Amino acid sequence: MGRPVVAVVVFPGSNDDRDAAWALGALGADIQFVWHEDDELPETTGAVVLPGGFSYGDYLRCGAIASVAPAMDAVRRFAGSGGPVLGICNGFQILCEARLLPGALRPNRQLEFVCRDTTVRVENADTLFTRRCETGQELLLPVKHGEGAWHADEGQLVQLAARGQIVLRYADDVNGSLGRVAGVVNEAGNVLGLMPHPEHAVDSLLGSADGGLLLAALVDAAAEHVLAAA
Amino acid sequence: MRATVLVRPKDGILDPQGDAVRGSLQKLGFDVGRIRVGRVVDIELAAGDSAFAREQVERMCSELLANPLIESVEIRLDVE
Repeated sequence: MGRPVVAVVVFPGSNDDRDAAWALGALGADIQFVWHEDDELPETTGAVVLPGGFSYGDYLRCGAIASVAPAMDAVRRFAGSGGPVLGICNGFQILCEARLLPGALRPNRQLEFVCRDTTVRVENADTLFTRRCETGQELLLPVKHGEGAWHADEGQLVQLAARGQIVLRYADDVNGSLGRVAGVVNEAGNVLGLMPHPEHAVDSLLGSADGGLLLAALVDAAAEHVLAAA
Repeated sequence: MRATVLVRPKDGILDPQGDAVRGSLQKLGFDVGRIRVGRVVDIELAAGDSAFAREQVERMCSELLANPLIESVEIRLDVE
């Protein structure tokens, strides 16, 4: 079969869509951009990426307006049918606002935009997205966000952790995120959101290739979803 | 009819913006305690019936204007 299609949704204000496309293309995906006003994904879509950026200028709350865009109806249906969906940074904010993922993202505790490499620990390697990693493995991934402090109530955090849904945690406190959470998966295991940027870490010449582990797993998942749907 | 929606960070939710404003006010010499920063949304409504208008605005809040995990809302209706 050919290269699996990964749909990258583009909102007004998305700015990591092309980096995501480049990285996933290099890892074997056929990229199709989907405009936020489109209410359908390409028929052959194997996975969806909601990229980083500042959709709709971060008006109201980060990701809030994007979460009700027509393209998100299509993403919701795709996720509902078991399709793999990855939200990076603003994409994570959008998935939380769309209630496809638990919790919400709040302004960083230090009220500063954080832009640096972070060490992120894989808490659960038994997911579609982390299966090329090992539990306990540390990944070097950059972050660049002003509103990345993940919030949920403490009881919910305990419950999510017990179910393996807290997939990634920062090694140190980057932004005030509850439980140092950096990435969360939904209960069904097919929707992941994370604040760090794997698409900026796919070549060791640029500091790290660890993001490639997550994105290559997404390309694998896309191929499997296409096969399962056929 | 007009509606005013006051959106506030819930109690217990970290509000670094409020903390920064408090710090600045204290630097200006004001004796202030805790400060929370929220947002106000003014809405002009076509609805003439206030029960219907309230129901509409409540739905607007839960679907878009506020995130119930982290924010509380207060709705005021102003019949002109």
